[in-house]
Amino acid sequence: MSDVSQPAAHPPVTDWVHDFDHTDPQWTDDPFPIWDELRATSPVVHTNRFLGCYLPTTYEAVREIANDTEHFSSRRIIVRDVRPEINRNAAPPITSDPPEHKPAKQLLLPPFTPDAMKKLEPRVRAICNELIDEFIAEKSVDAAARYTKHIPVRAIAHMLGIPEGDSDLFVGWIHMILELGIKDETKLLQAVQEMSAYFSAQIEARKTKPTDDLISYLMNARDKQGNPLEDSHVLGSLRLLLIAGIDTTWSAIGSSLWHLAKTPADRDRLIAEPELIPTAVEELLRAYSPVTMAREVVKETTISGCPVKAGNMVLLSFPAANRDPKMFPDADKVVIDRRENRHAAFGLGIHRCIGSNLARMEMQVALEEWLKRIPDFRLDLAGTVTWSQGTVRGPRQLPFLLGKAM
Amino acid sequence: MTERLKVHVDPDKCQGHARCKALAPELFELDEYGNAHEAGDGIVPPGLEDKAWLAKSNCPEIAIDVIEE
Ligand code: SF4
Repeated sequence: MSDVSQPAAHPPVTDWVHDFDHTDPQWTDDPFPIWDELRATSPVVHTNRFLGCYLPTTYEAVREIANDTEHFSSRRIIVRDVRPEINRNAAPPITSDPPEHKPAKQLLLPPFTPDAMKKLEPRVRAICNELIDEFIAEKSVDAAARYTKHIPVRAIAHMLGIPEGDSDLFVGWIHMILELGIKDETKLLQAVQEMSAYFSAQIEARKTKPTDDLISYLMNARDKQGNPLEDSHVLGSLRLLLIAGIDTTWSAIGSSLWHLAKTPADRDRLIAEPELIPTAVEELLRAYSPVTMAREVVKETTISGCPVKAGNMVLLSFPAANRDPKMFPDADKVVIDRRENRHAAFGLGIHRCIGSNLARMEMQVALEEWLKRIPDFRLDLAGTVTWSQGTVRGPRQLPFLLGKAM
Repeated sequence: MTERLKVHVDPDKCQGHARCKALAPELFELDEYGNAHEAGDGIVPPGLEDKAWLAKSNCPEIAIDVIEE
């Protein structure tokens, strides 16, 4: 490609302990041994890349940071090559700190309670089946491209009241923001602008013709004093819901199917005992947590005895925390009936993922419907499984063979 | 005779992960924001002790206490 805005190349990592890089292809392909190596060295490691960045490697260190809003700010939540100006309403409440955080979050919580998700469940079940109908007669399928990718984007579009048919557009923006945008400012800004223009038009349309979807809900929301939200706040929250609602759950469903494709014993057990699926979903979330959020150190402190300096970013790796053997016996194994599972896949502390109930419901339904209709499937060894880079980890290409092995 | 158990959610720690409600729906309730509190006076009816311990050991915020009386 002769794109002028080619992302900056990063030299390959040769010293993971002092020079880690979460965009290195080795990390993208298989981060687990890297985290183990780093954890064995220190609860917090540092790299000079990304203008200075720490990585806590233990559950305890991650918990300490997640609960410390005095020394760590959420004003920047993606570790990138640059630190542009801070936008107060970038994507509230995920980018908000106390005291603004709580009211912004409370506003969004009611539409995402477990009961609200129960009402959405039939639509998600229908989406899964519509997708399966399209490829069930085939012998092989890319399950990422034709199944996992479409479920969350259609579900969140349904909630927001925007056309499910626009999902390719949404997926494109999110790829530009969460992956290409780490190293390429132009791509990031382009996607944010297009997304904002799209939502502005949706808001305008609702001013004359109100709807009963999430966009109207935010437009009608009032704060404690009875004032409507600033326009930039409504837009920021809409951007958040779209960005956070798509890649994350796409990744979690994909990793789960990837695991089941290569672990027939687990797959057969879930088919025989479907009531175990919710427990298995928690374990798959632990073992293959998709999301790493970031924080910015705003005041010098120590974490698990390690000094951290202001001005650096922190890669708050919930996935690495969830692999800490001090917290989880057999942390490197997937134990689908694990009973004690305090995993941190949805974060810890005040920034607990608003969409966790949505994600759990989507994962359960996606696995249930797939296993019901496609009990036999395996990885197609002639193809390649590829993984996304950076902030959200999940399979982007998932070649499967369908039907019993001959 | 086993001792009587009581569950209690610390509202300052709870962040609404809803694991307790999923694992022990009889023992916990969620408010309109999805944050949990113990159902009624928190006393665990006989036969549900296991669910109380399960909820405690799955709360990511360590917000649940199981008190043996
Ligand atoms: S599991 Fe813990 S944090 Fe989640 S709702 Fe229950 S008490 Fe609150």
